[in-house]
Amino acid sequence: MHLKGENISFEYKKNDPVLKDVNISLRSGEVLGLIGDSGSGKSTLCKILAGYEIKYQGKVTMDGNEIPSKGYNPVQLVFQHPEKAVNPKWRMKDILNEGHLVSQDILEAFGIKNNWLNRWPNELSGGELQRFALARALSPKTRYLIADEITTMVDAITQAQIWNIVLNIVEELNIGVLVVSHDRNLISRLCHDTIYLKDINNV
Amino acid sequence: MSTAVVTVNRGLFGGLNLRKKTLLIIGSTSLLLLAIVVSSVFLGEEPLQTNFGSKNLAPSLEHPFGTDWMGRDMFIRTLEGLGLSILVGGLASTISTLLTVILGLLSSAGKTADSFVSWLVDLFLSIPHLLLIVLISIGIGGGAAGVITGVALTHWPSLTRVVRAETKQLKTQEYIHISRNLGRSKWWIATRHILPHLVPQILLGTILMFPHAILHEASVTFLGFGLSPHEPAIGIILSESMRYLSAGYWWLAFFPGLSLLIVVLAFDMIGENLGKLINPKIAHE
Amino acid sequence: MGNKAEINPKKELSTGLETVAGDRKKTEALLTVEDLSLSFTQYASGLRQTELKVISNLSIQAYKGEILAIVGSSGSGKSLLAHAILGILPLNAKLDGKMEYDGKKLTQERKKEMRGKEIALIPQAITYLDPLMKISNQVIGSVEKEKESIMKKLQREVFQRYGLKPEVERMLPHELSGGMTRRVLVSTAVISSSKLIIADEPTPGLDDKTLNETLSYFKDMADKGCAVILITHDIEAALKISHKIAVFYAGTVLEVANVEDFKNNGENLRHPYTRALWNALPQNKFQAIKGHQPMQDEVIDGCIFYDRCSKKKAICSRGIPQLKQVNGGVVRCNNAS
Repeated sequence: MHLKGENISFEYKKNDPVLKDVNISLRSGEVLGLIGDSGSGKSTLCKILAGYEIKYQGKVTMDGNEIPSKGYNPVQLVFQHPEKAVNPKWRMKDILNEGHLVSQDILEAFGIKNNWLNRWPNELSGGELQRFALARALSPKTRYLIADEITTMVDAITQAQIWNIVLNIVEELNIGVLVVSHDRNLISRLCHDTIYLKDINNV
Repeated sequence: MSTAVVTVNRGLFGGLNLRKKTLLIIGSTSLLLLAIVVSSVFLGEEPLQTNFGSKNLAPSLEHPFGTDWMGRDMFIRTLEGLGLSILVGGLASTISTLLTVILGLLSSAGKTADSFVSWLVDLFLSIPHLLLIVLISIGIGGGAAGVITGVALTHWPSLTRVVRAETKQLKTQEYIHISRNLGRSKWWIATRHILPHLVPQILLGTILMFPHAILHEASVTFLGFGLSPHEPAIGIILSESMRYLSAGYWWLAFFPGLSLLIVVLAFDMIGENLGKLINPKIAHE
Repeated sequence: MGNKAEINPKKELSTGLETVAGDRKKTEALLTVEDLSLSFTQYASGLRQTELKVISNLSIQAYKGEILAIVGSSGSGKSLLAHAILGILPLNAKLDGKMEYDGKKLTQERKKEMRGKEIALIPQAITYLDPLMKISNQVIGSVEKEKESIMKKLQREVFQRYGLKPEVERMLPHELSGGMTRRVLVSTAVISSSKLIIADEPTPGLDDKTLNETLSYFKDMADKGCAVILITHDIEAALKISHKIAVFYAGTVLEVANVEDFKNNGENLRHPYTRALWNALPQNKFQAIKGHQPMQDEVIDGCIFYDRCSKKKAICSRGIPQLKQVNGGVVRCNNAS
């Protein structure tokens, strides 16, 4: 079971590549760290792996097959800013259950209180919203989680809380995680392996 | 961290907060407009009997807006005319809004559809409103149907443009991408994510379209391309009065014109105040 | 850093807690905020208006030549503090308490006058720059004709110091990279010769190199005698350059600690929340305590940390603990000694 990106190249502007011939491979149940300088294309790589960005060269495969562009994507991406990842006009319970009905166990694991479910997104803090975003992404159908700086905007305690829960859940569900962060201490705490994305672009 | 009710406003509506004031303004103006429509519908033809014994009377207590050359009470005529104008304007704006919603959703469906919509918007915006209304109205054969179609077909482009821009902006939001990644279809996203954001915009756009529609209806009718002369429309009243202005019968044009202006301003006021409630930036002030 | 901290910690504390009259020797705080509270008037469902308290009983001081970090989680109200100091709160905000700048009361008019001149904000994002205005014009700001050439010269010098090429001054904001934008914003503060600099979350998402570079700018400014307030949730970044750390939680300051207190298992820290924050860092224990920061509309009678505290006593649920001085710092906890 592998999520693989092969020879991935990407440019926003002509002849100004952000990624060039990047190869990356993530096993089920593996927690892999990705470190790179600002502007090295980490976020772009994440978007390509999760199917958000489609105009790239190269190949993204899961177990040798291409990932279908319709239906539930087994590769889920969670972003740095949870407040942008929720529709401000929806109540939290609708946001939470958009992909699947999140189980009570997961809610409890994330410490999501029942009275939060009737609130609007602007009434919750970033750390609280990020729990919702993660609970929403970790459905039984998810095989890989791409975590793009998911705890960069939260304080240390919330960061530790969130990662402890996420690591438990992904272990249980055998989900592979790509941890993108600039924080080497965090990466070495969490990950089995680490890869470095340098400017253009040797992994 | 306690919760307390506070009242900070002083002045005319002392004790009311801004939201209450705004709702009060919206409520009373809507009531005025509703009263005009309802009374015009229920008055019927009877008070408009000709009475040559009291023709061309200046405004008095008995005839507040005076009477015309056939002795008809101008107040009643104006009321009927306004009611008709509001109905025609309302119907036309509603149809226009429907067109907007359809075209707006269409533009979010794909690239070709989007460029078609924007081409259509540009096309309609490039022809002067009034000219187009006159052409469509004549083409259909004049009368109420002609005017309504004409006004309806010309008032959607600017609102559609707003809706299209808003849709475009919404589609770049992360939560829309996420929704797609969670396996939701285009249609589901359009109706659950995008449409709710557009509803306030569309509502406001419709209400602000009203005065335009009414004025255009009146002017086309005034020019003789609109409603037929036996209907009690404001445009008809005004164009007829033109002939008597030189005779010094100023009230024939003055009161109907002023009333039309008030109605148009009333709609504007509703739209503006509704905008205040909807705009999240100032909603809490 | 060591020789810069020549201020006697006991004396500077006294300015905040009891006003010591006639003490001329001590360094005056450039900015004093005392017992500040901030609330927003909002519409609840329907027509009722409610008041939402986001900052309460907050006191801090910023000294010349010092970096004060304000560390807190998102939703703790730390950015709003910056907005309150700059006087850029929305109209439905209500501000209470005392604010003094340079010994004089900081009124809304004074804030307006000094904003961007005496007091500068270094925001996180590029959105603060006018997208249609050339960089040099934005950096220099509006000055009289005669001064323009002097300012231009100054701007070139500053740009050079921060490694910005001359062509940058003719660029528009969207042509800048993230790092350049940050340097431009820093230059703006330097050129306007501001004395109080407030940096709002300047560091998240930066790699080590850029992070250190950014932090060094702030250190630079403090060394030149500015008072710097660094608002961040990133305690690691704060520890690298700050002299003092104010720990923010649910709209108030729980502790003001010296940087040296953050070591080992945090025994020197005064408040259990600060200790938990320190121990939650990945390079320390990566240990999470349970629970959440209370929501803004939750009513709490006792200590705001009561629910999550491991050392709570009966007294902690009744009344907000008083600020007290402990071991060269300030703490709002009944158990600290």
